[in-house]
Amino acid sequence: MGLLDKQFEDGNIVITSIDNLLNWARLSSLWQMQFGLACCAIEMMAASASHFDMMRFGVIPRATPRQSDVIIISGTVSMKMAIRIKKLYEQMAEPRYVISMGSCSNSGGPYWKYGYSVLKGVDRIIPVDVYVPGCPPRPDALLEGLMRLQEKIRKESRVKKNVEGLIQPAPKVEAV
Amino acid sequence: MAELRTEEMVLNMGPQHPSTHGVLRVELVVDGEVVVDAIPHIGYLHRCFEKHAEALNYQQIVPYCDRMDYLGSMNNDHAYVLGVEKLLNIQVPERVEYIRVIMAEFQRIASHLVSIGTYGLDIGAFTPFLFCFRDREMILDLFEMTCGARLLYNYMWPGGLSHDLPAGFVEKARAFIKHFRPAMKELNDLLSYNEIFVKRTANVGVLPADIAINYGASGPTLRGSGVKWDLRKCEPYSVYNKFDWDIVVGTGEMGTLGDCWDRYMVKVWEIEQSLRIIEQALDTLPEGDVQAAIPKRVRPPVGEVYVRSESPRGELAYYIVSDGSQKPYRVKGRAPSFSNLSLLPEISRGYLIADMIAIIGSVDITLGDVDR
Ligand code: SF4
Repeated sequence: MGLLDKQFEDGNIVITSIDNLLNWARLSSLWQMQFGLACCAIEMMAASASHFDMMRFGVIPRATPRQSDVIIISGTVSMKMAIRIKKLYEQMAEPRYVISMGSCSNSGGPYWKYGYSVLKGVDRIIPVDVYVPGCPPRPDALLEGLMRLQEKIRKESRVKKNVEGLIQPAPKVEAV
Repeated sequence: MAELRTEEMVLNMGPQHPSTHGVLRVELVVDGEVVVDAIPHIGYLHRCFEKHAEALNYQQIVPYCDRMDYLGSMNNDHAYVLGVEKLLNIQVPERVEYIRVIMAEFQRIASHLVSIGTYGLDIGAFTPFLFCFRDREMILDLFEMTCGARLLYNYMWPGGLSHDLPAGFVEKARAFIKHFRPAMKELNDLLSYNEIFVKRTANVGVLPADIAINYGASGPTLRGSGVKWDLRKCEPYSVYNKFDWDIVVGTGEMGTLGDCWDRYMVKVWEIEQSLRIIEQALDTLPEGDVQAAIPKRVRPPVGEVYVRSESPRGELAYYIVSDGSQKPYRVKGRAPSFSNLSLLPEISRGYLIADMIAIIGSVDITLGDVDR
């Protein structure tokens, strides 16, 4: 944006790259899967309730994996649940993101040593984008995690990923 | 006309379902829209409480009690530390017990607020959820200024407390109560007596008192059926016998005695009783050192103890066996949600699928408590 904008008379035009546009759209409407596992889910609920109001970031809970972009693994993942979580993740449409909330889903947390039925980290079954530490993490921490995820999305490049190797990168132009 | 019979269908509800309050799976056998049977499947949140209790020493178990019923952490700790103190045969200063009661009652209110808010959410009312969480945050602020944690506190230790009440706690607690009483009225106007809400919950999931007793139900689920049973009054532990309050029971005001509305309303009324207890405890709070009686090493003599207490969900009990070492031989938790959940098939037969949501919500389970 800059010089080109001035070429148009009515000023009702914004010029940006496809990546920027797509990423902006994606990161500002991250629909979350409404899915609580354990104690951390209560903090996740608190995060979307009055005080912390996660919805102002465009995070709206959806009840089905098919409509959601981000799944927050909020709590202890037991072996029995792990299979279901993998299934749920696979049902989500691309692009999909995972936030692992709390020590339990990061690494097994307090159940690391003796928890025979607890999966020691959800990243053993699905890829995780952002880890939020804490037992439970405060809702503010979850919001921070969310913003980190948005940062990550902002740097993604759909166009480059798809045509990688096919076209030459455009020559660098110095910013004016 | 010959009796018409349609083929039954099995419908799977959960473990990912927005209104099962966690990872519960219910297998519904349905005949059209009518529920023929509902079989709860549990174990999706099994976290090996007993295994941890075998492997850790007495003080280290407290955080795991917190995580059993994560909405009623203080109540869980309370029951457990009472048991350990009974095993050790130590007397704690009176101030400790008073503070514990205050915290436990605040926790009960916080837990009921979550339960009420999410119940409204299940039925389709979104605003009460926000109201409940707004007020719950204030309670959490009180907890936070006391012990630094919002949800899982590790506040009650065998023999004492981790921290004394901070300066300004009593005033802040009083201010909260002053704010909260009118807020409860607002909530009642908004949700409890709301025509749509009453229509969805009254005469649904009727639980007769005898069945409730046979299944070992307790807490608001039992009292909703009109049974006057509350361990804080019937078998007083801690200092509950020093306060003046009433057991509230369901009345069948909107429909039948023991329906979902009654179970819901008992929780609303209980909040008022908890406020009464807290007010009296704040008025008569004795002075003292809250850490004076904490033993250096917890090593109870050989023996066993069974302690019962009233958690927000019902009768919570711990059975602790000591073999004389620093670690308990066994700690078994009797979880109220587990017994209450076993009622589900009994109270959902013959209702519509849509009513299942109202029924599950009214029983108010925490899956951490069911699976432990
Ligand atoms: S990290 Fe802590 S609070 Fe979160 S689910 Fe695990 S035990 Fe519960």
